[in-house]
Amino acid sequence: MSDLTKLSAVELSGELSKGSVSAVEVTKAHLDRINSLDKSVQSFLHVDNAGALKQAEEVDKNRKENKKVSALAGVPLALKDVLTQKGIPTTCGSKILEGWIPPYDSTVVKNLKNAGIVILGKTNMDEFAMGSSTENSAYFPTKNPWDLTKIPGGSSGGSSAAVSAFFAPLGIGTDTGGSIRQPAAVTGIVGAKPSYGGVSRFGLVAFASSLDQAGPFARTVLDCAMLHEVMAGHDPLDSTSINQPVPDVVKAAQLQDVKGMKIGIIKELGGDGWQNGVLNRFNESVELLKSMGAQVKEISIPHSLYALATYYLIAPSEASSNLARFDGMRYGLRVDDGNLSAEEVMNKTREKGFGKEVKRRIMIGTYALSSGYYDAYYAQAQKVRALIAQDLTNAFKEVDVLISPTSPTTAWGLGERVNDPMAMYLADLATLPPSLAGIPAMSVPIGLADEDKLPVGLQIIAPFMNDDRMYRVGGAIEASLKTKWNGLLIDQAPALGGAK
Amino acid sequence: MSRITREEVAKLAELARLDLPESELDEYAKQLEIILESVAKVGEVSTKDVKPMSHATGLVNVFREDVTKESLSRDEILRSAPATEDDRFRVPRILDEE
Repeated sequence: MSDLTKLSAVELSGELSKGSVSAVEVTKAHLDRINSLDKSVQSFLHVDNAGALKQAEEVDKNRKENKKVSALAGVPLALKDVLTQKGIPTTCGSKILEGWIPPYDSTVVKNLKNAGIVILGKTNMDEFAMGSSTENSAYFPTKNPWDLTKIPGGSSGGSSAAVSAFFAPLGIGTDTGGSIRQPAAVTGIVGAKPSYGGVSRFGLVAFASSLDQAGPFARTVLDCAMLHEVMAGHDPLDSTSINQPVPDVVKAAQLQDVKGMKIGIIKELGGDGWQNGVLNRFNESVELLKSMGAQVKEISIPHSLYALATYYLIAPSEASSNLARFDGMRYGLRVDDGNLSAEEVMNKTREKGFGKEVKRRIMIGTYALSSGYYDAYYAQAQKVRALIAQDLTNAFKEVDVLISPTSPTTAWGLGERVNDPMAMYLADLATLPPSLAGIPAMSVPIGLADEDKLPVGLQIIAPFMNDDRMYRVGGAIEASLKTKWNGLLIDQAPALGGAK
Repeated sequence: MSRITREEVAKLAELARLDLPESELDEYAKQLEIILESVAKVGEVSTKDVKPMSHATGLVNVFREDVTKESLSRDEILRSAPATEDDRFRVPRILDEE
């Protein structure tokens, strides 16, 4: 058997169901790779060696007994440390939750376990999912496997790095303003943010509840769709969960045909300030889609110019409220010398337990929600949010999907934007409009930028609960580029530690 | 856009229950001012008669059956608590000693 870590989830699924390899062998191969190479990437906060092997043994046993198992049974996965898994530490990349052992599974984890997917461990992230580089983790920064001096994107940078480093064929991230799509773009893999409400938020530690959505990472569009299908579906434990059938994303990913589809290029996302190499690859993708028979035209989303301002009011406002639960009383850190009042304990615990970006956002949210500023900031942002969503609804009367580059630049150097919050926020420029509208969007790799030979992503945006449409376009682009490159973009990534 | 002063940062920190060190107030004031100046851009948009959007699904008042189910184990929850006493969370004093 060739190197098991190089296979896609679909390929592994085939080998596992044929019986040519066991889930334990697959899991061991991935754990070995993590244990020998993750010291250079630092994508995992916690590797669950024993637990993963136990899950794999269970899958092998079920197969042996001819019990019905799902297509992805025995395939390993890297889980962002913001989703609870019973008995496994969940930190959200924060010191305030260090040592917390969740007593329950999130619905996403429950769905993964039911499908027999093997969870290898918990991946690093920007603290409470606030950031675009994973440098806001309270533990350590994660490196981009393409270039260990660059950021892996964020906030789900641990999962994007793990999947692009071949530590796992599948990963799970969460996306509030771009935290799946931007890391996927800068590490040369596929990542999707489902429709808001498409995947349950039960057990997802909240950052901004009206925006948070968990979604899949993979190295191929079809793998991503298969994981999407496993994660998604109605959950009575989440009152914002959509009670509708999951769109047929797997079938759409396999179509490889965009003939007759109407595709809109978002006029406002590109141009001045965007990296040339990013725009060059994007323009080539547009030509590629045309050559495959799609009808492409430019569309204006006028209010998208206000998405950054709108998001950085709404998300911090919701965060300031959500993060009030970290008070040092029931779980996690408590700073107490035994003589302090409850209020002093809260103040000191939160000061010590939260990092700077989290504190900045809590204060911005507190400001925007305080009396005297509420109408001009939070309430106004909610109205502009409605206008952005309306612009997108109008656009979908003319086209089937919208496209843009996923992020204005490729991966930047570690440390470059740490002390400049606004520069960091700009990485989300293109991913914010669909987040605010709650509509699905994904990133697929479309090549390397000329300047730095780093990956570029194409963002594909679809109407609410029409997630299948973005997979159709993504699958078609991937198939065409695969022929051109004689493989996936990720196959061009340099070897890690010379051992790839 | 008004300037953000040290005093305002201290007030925000107090409201947000953050015991910020004095030495960091100026840095936060500078950063918050830049961010608030940038987000104030939402004020340029005419939003007369626009209804605010709080989330994307349009769902209101979602209910489920009111049935008794097993709840989480007390022991497992208390295992991650910072301090416990008699099967309960132990918290610092909440009233002044007088």
